[in-house]
Amino acid sequence: MSALLEVDNVTKLFGGLCAISNCHVRVESGHTHGIIGPNGAGKTTLFNLITGIYKPTEGDIRFRSESIAGLRPGRIAIKGIGRTFQNIRLLNNQTVLDNVRIAYDSQLHYSALDAMLRLPRFGRDEKQSIGESLELLKTFSLADHAHGLAGELPYGSQRKLEIARALALKPDLLLLDEPAAGMNTGETADLTEFLRWVKGHFKVTLVLIEHHMHLVMNLCDRITVLDFGQTIAEGTPEEIRANPRVIAAYLGGTGDED
Amino acid sequence: MSAFLSQIARNRWILPTLVVTGFAVSILSHYQPIFSGYTQIILITIGINIILCVSLNLVNGYMGEFSVGHAGFMSLGAYTSAVFTTKWTPDIPMLFPVAVIFGGVMAAIIGLLLALLSFKTRGDYLAIITLAFLMIVKSSWENISYVGGPAGLLGVDKYTTLPWTFFWVVVTMFVIRNLVYSKFGRAIIAIREDEIAANAMGVRVREAKILAFVVSSFFGGVAGALYSHLNFINPKYFDIVKSTEILVMVYLGGISSLGGSILGAVVFTFLFYQLENMGLGYWRMVILSSLLILLMLFRPRGIMGMRELTWFLPKRELKGRRKL
Repeated sequence: MSALLEVDNVTKLFGGLCAISNCHVRVESGHTHGIIGPNGAGKTTLFNLITGIYKPTEGDIRFRSESIAGLRPGRIAIKGIGRTFQNIRLLNNQTVLDNVRIAYDSQLHYSALDAMLRLPRFGRDEKQSIGESLELLKTFSLADHAHGLAGELPYGSQRKLEIARALALKPDLLLLDEPAAGMNTGETADLTEFLRWVKGHFKVTLVLIEHHMHLVMNLCDRITVLDFGQTIAEGTPEEIRANPRVIAAYLGGTGDED
Repeated sequence: MSAFLSQIARNRWILPTLVVTGFAVSILSHYQPIFSGYTQIILITIGINIILCVSLNLVNGYMGEFSVGHAGFMSLGAYTSAVFTTKWTPDIPMLFPVAVIFGGVMAAIIGLLLALLSFKTRGDYLAIITLAFLMIVKSSWENISYVGGPAGLLGVDKYTTLPWTFFWVVVTMFVIRNLVYSKFGRAIIAIREDEIAANAMGVRVREAKILAFVVSSFFGGVAGALYSHLNFINPKYFDIVKSTEILVMVYLGGISSLGGSILGAVVFTFLFYQLENMGLGYWRMVILSSLLILLMLFRPRGIMGMRELTWFLPKRELKGRRKL
């Protein structure tokens, strides 16, 4: 099986600070891939490199064997990489529905002239995308709130909406930055099932940054461990649990902490 | 009472009726003395100000940038259209609509350059760039003797009529409203709210910015063209004070609101002339700017900020929006 995403020997310097150094990640198509590591290990920086917010100082990032390093974020998103953010980034003053509709920007092909003169193509495209957005919200049980403001949703629903919005892009790869942040054990268990369902239903490869070990160990096919911006281990959950370097760097001795 | 008002707000026939009636009256007034000359000037000025205000709202309100260069686009439209009618096609009134479009296109071309700069920088820095742009444009007119230099361009025919102004107000409103309630409008708003999220959702940020700047400057140019064929044009008119006036209108009426922009332009123009009638002509910018300070303190988004008159909302978009 060929890798969907390859982070190949990537280094990212911020001035003199080395946030990521010679990092390797290989994500297989159809897998759920976990990225773990202590705070400040460079996990979110890695996501920002993959999605084009930062340009790698060195190294290459390939998506479906095609280099995407240095492309603009919008281009990378259109190529099929959706993401969520550690601090939820919804358009809080816009409706829930409009938040999802934003992800259709690249899928609506009408021109500015079609829009300005309200030509038939505009109406057709808009109608279809609203229908699809509502359908998606229904799948996520958010349809009742479709016309409410996104900022007024409860926290858990906001997380869900962010995932729904990313899926509206119809990505092949979905990057989730701490989807379980701020959730208790029960909610995290629900999230595990939810993500499993998302992966099957939308046929999407997942990469997630997470601190809840239980979720990571349960859900992930493979795990990459970062420490000080370096890949210190990559393998199945069992291999990671048993890896002495990981235990030393991160798990602090026992290896199955929550 | 409020039930009655919401009935009016929800009625989909009132706006088209108003447009048709307004157009009919404006044409009639061209042949019959319905309005005095003074009232006509005020009505045309209101129209020009609505065009300026709505078009600036696209950039400053919907997109959330802070452009102080709108008077520059206005002057581009004013000068290029006036050169068109006085120097290139003198005494052919039929070509006036072409001149107005020409003025708009010239302003839009420069607007495109500003859009390209907006990829590199935004916020305060872009605001300073628009200020520099305004000074460059104004000083250029002062130095180009072909357009009269500091004395201004003389002998421009007074082609701007009430029907033409009304026509251009309707076109501006139609185009900008349609743009705002399309993927382009949603993209512009997404850029304002969170550019990083917009990018991550594959929003074509650059296209949206270009479109917003180009359309905004085009209509700024159109307003200038209408202005120059009514008034004597002089580079000094298109300075930071003119830009400030437009900003006051935008923020008075309300950002991200087409209805607000109309309201802002009407209220501002009315007060502007009223203060002059009261003998406070020299004090009016003091008074109007103080109004702006009060507004920022007590109602920072303007009278109708972020709310829209239901008449302007497309049927498809009616649900869940904050309307009035």
